[in-house]
Amino acid sequence: MESLTLSDVEQKYYSELFLSCDVDNTKKVASNGKVLDLFRAAQLSNEVVHQITELCGATRLGHFGRSQFYIALKLIALAQSGLPLRVESLNSVRDLPLPRFVMGKNEQETRHAVMFADTENQGPYFPRPPGRVQAKKVSAHEMIQPCVPTVDPQPDTTSPVVSPHQSPPTSPHAWRKHKRQASGGNVDRQPSVPGVVWPPFREAQPGPVTGDGMWSAHSPPPVQESWVSFTDTPPSSTLPMHPPSAQPESTTVRTVPSAMTTNEIQRQISGYDDPWKITDEQRQYYINQFKTIQADLTGLIPGSAAKEFFTKSKLPILELSHIWELSDFDKDGALTLDEFCAAFHLVVARKNGYDLPEKLPESLMPKLIDLDDSAGVPEPATEVDFSASPVEVTPNKSPSMPSLNQNWSELNQSNEQWETFSERSSSSQTLTQFDSNIAPADPDTAIVHPVPIRMTPSKIHMQEMELKRTGSDHTHPTSPLMANPPELSDETKLAATIKFPGTTVGDGYSSSDSFTSDQEPISSAVNRQRSHSGTSPEGLKVVAPPPPPPRPHASHSRSSSLDMNRNFAAVPAGPQQPGVVAFPPAVPPRPLPTQTSVPHGHRSVEGDGLPAHTSTSPHQMPEQPNFADFSQFQAFAVDQPADDGENTSDSGQAERCAETTGTMKTAKNDIQSEERNATTVNSAKVSTPLAPPPKPVRRRLKSEDELRPDVEDLPQKSNVIATVLATQPSIPRSIGKDKKAIQASIRRNKETNTVLARLNSELQQQLKDLLEERISLEVQLEQLRPFSHL
Amino acid sequence: MNCPLYIRSVPTQGELKFHYTVHTSLDVVEEKISGVGKALADQRELYLGLLYPTEDYKVYGYVTNSKVKFVIVVDSSNTSLRDNEIRSMFRKLHNSFTDVMCNPFYNPGDPIQSKAFDSIVSTMMVQAC
Repeated sequence: MESLTLSDVEQKYYSELFLSCDVDNTKKVASNGKVLDLFRAAQLSNEVVHQITELCGATRLGHFGRSQFYIALKLIALAQSGLPLRVESLNSVRDLPLPRFVMGKNEQETRHAVMFADTENQGPYFPRPPGRVQAKKVSAHEMIQPCVPTVDPQPDTTSPVVSPHQSPPTSPHAWRKHKRQASGGNVDRQPSVPGVVWPPFREAQPGPVTGDGMWSAHSPPPVQESWVSFTDTPPSSTLPMHPPSAQPESTTVRTVPSAMTTNEIQRQISGYDDPWKITDEQRQYYINQFKTIQADLTGLIPGSAAKEFFTKSKLPILELSHIWELSDFDKDGALTLDEFCAAFHLVVARKNGYDLPEKLPESLMPKLIDLDDSAGVPEPATEVDFSASPVEVTPNKSPSMPSLNQNWSELNQSNEQWETFSERSSSSQTLTQFDSNIAPADPDTAIVHPVPIRMTPSKIHMQEMELKRTGSDHTHPTSPLMANPPELSDETKLAATIKFPGTTVGDGYSSSDSFTSDQEPISSAVNRQRSHSGTSPEGLKVVAPPPPPPRPHASHSRSSSLDMNRNFAAVPAGPQQPGVVAFPPAVPPRPLPTQTSVPHGHRSVEGDGLPAHTSTSPHQMPEQPNFADFSQFQAFAVDQPADDGENTSDSGQAERCAETTGTMKTAKNDIQSEERNATTVNSAKVSTPLAPPPKPVRRRLKSEDELRPDVEDLPQKSNVIATVLATQPSIPRSIGKDKKAIQASIRRNKETNTVLARLNSELQQQLKDLLEERISLEVQLEQLRPFSHL
Repeated sequence: MNCPLYIRSVPTQGELKFHYTVHTSLDVVEEKISGVGKALADQRELYLGLLYPTEDYKVYGYVTNSKVKFVIVVDSSNTSLRDNEIRSMFRKLHNSFTDVMCNPFYNPGDPIQSKAFDSIVSTMMVQAC
């Protein structure tokens, strides 16, 4: 190293500076960070600083040894004097003023006592202790000259170099006094001292004791220099943040920060790389502040409280907003302790004039492990109370950083995954994408219940799919059924289950095998209801009003009177047993009158049946009582095919819910009854053999059974019975579920009612016919016996 | 009520035209969201899809549950943008928007000045173009 001759003053000064920078006390290195900050505080351009660094050999060495440091300082002085930087001039220039370092000022510097812990040897050139300790509010001084401002009145302090030799003794005293705070003498001088940044901290208390300690360990000058560096920027607000937040507390708190700052300053040079690190003291301060808002350190500060708190810092809302964005790591609208510390740190930095970073610095990222303490100094410059903590690269930081980074990257990764997922899902052509969680973020993670969908084009399925959709359908597989949703969309939106079945029922009648979804019970139940109602109230597009589901229309397959069924069954089975057809109820046959009243047949089925019946064969006479049955025979004869179909479907349906087919049958029954009427008229004229009737009769008989369950005792015919039994049991068995059973029974009863009502009407008509016949007969008799009562 | 909270266009020279387009598309958006009388809102509703293709650009709409409307105008010649991509763009926008909302310093109704939001929008626009 070039030999360097320093004057005494310089020597002292430089040594102090070096000590301040040499946090590690290695006597050889002041890490680049602090040194660079210091150099910047010299208000030299960066190139000059680099040049100086190179010249002094630090670049070569990678660090600043003492000699390098001294050289650098000297070069700084040279530069500041406007002299060209040359190594030769190091020793050649005499009377070089001491390098000047700027320090910001602060009204509250007075409080900043601690900084000047050790003043004894400090040359007067030390920059004014940042903390103007005592309550002396020093007016902001831009420059803290190495000179002894204490001596000079404040305005003069700007004459930096000049006063190096002035009142050297004073400064130490001043410092000491500053340090002690209480010293009034210093106080006097204090004012003259350029403000120090940290006034706020330095509440006149011994709070900074720690700082004191530290400072005593290190020469104030270095401290001050760092202070200086911090206070480059306009001193204006001293901790605007803090003042608002309870002055008294801020005072105490400030002391901590001030202590921190000194510490940080010392570490600053070492931690230069990471200006955003938070020192212990700072963190402690932040934690204390956190406690004022939220006692639980593991808890969260709500956004509104944080807003109020940080608004006190008087930063523009836009910047606060930006700070919030940076610091609210998990985007939850609340601040954890880490987030709060980061935000606070950013506010401090901003108040010190540091620009807010675009992205959260790694050191500020919320850490799982709290209290990582690395002093971070954003950049030399502001006076803020908090001293942008001097940067210090602590080894323990590094491990945490990578972990943080990993977390961050993982988080990003997960976000990416979310994105991809959402894209993936959106690519599936689902009609509905339920964004169940709109709020934060991921719109497409709605849970989808896999619902089995029967991929048949049945409308019932479509309806069921609609049901599922409303339920929570996310990845609704495309299917041909989806083509329908638009039509059903309206219905879907409404009380789904109820509606659907309605339409389903209407549409589903065409396909009887539709209930395979889990909606089945509901829809079937509703179907039943619907069938009872016979209409789809909401005006759904029901193809056909679901006819009541009674299976065999009027067959009342589930009817109680097994006998009747048996009888009826037997009837068709054994057409050769006309007598067999014994019809259950023993309505006294009235063949004669009925025969004559053939023409009235079409009034009622039974009526038709009667005449036809009577006319057909005498053996049917005994069946007269069951004329209804016969008429039903006739009717059945006509409707046989349909009835057959109903029968089969009925039995088939028996196995299943049976509603649809039942309703179908019912519908058909209704329709067929009319047909029957018409046909029976025709058939009445014809002597219909019993052959056709048997099958229809079975049906009809069954209905008759139900119609007159109580009335009749059916003469048993094995065949009939067998057939009837065959069909009968199947039906009740099919309905296993209670609800369905109830519904079915309700339906049955209703069917029974209707059938009975119809039968009643028919009987009434027959009665009328008979009466007419009787009247006519009497008239004839009268005519035949004209003279009977002569 | 219908003042834009944020508007950004990539070729900034035609910005005014885009302003106008977006404003007119608001009518279409209103019409779409008023037609749906459902109580439940789902993603399907939020994404309104192509509002209308006009001249040489297409307009896509998206509305949030709080009736904040996002409108994207893309060049018709940009056929590479599929519906999914538009959806994902809207999703990102929505997420960023909720982040902005979470910021207690943001007053709803103010223009959005969040840098994070800006950066996301820029990224998206770069991707799309």
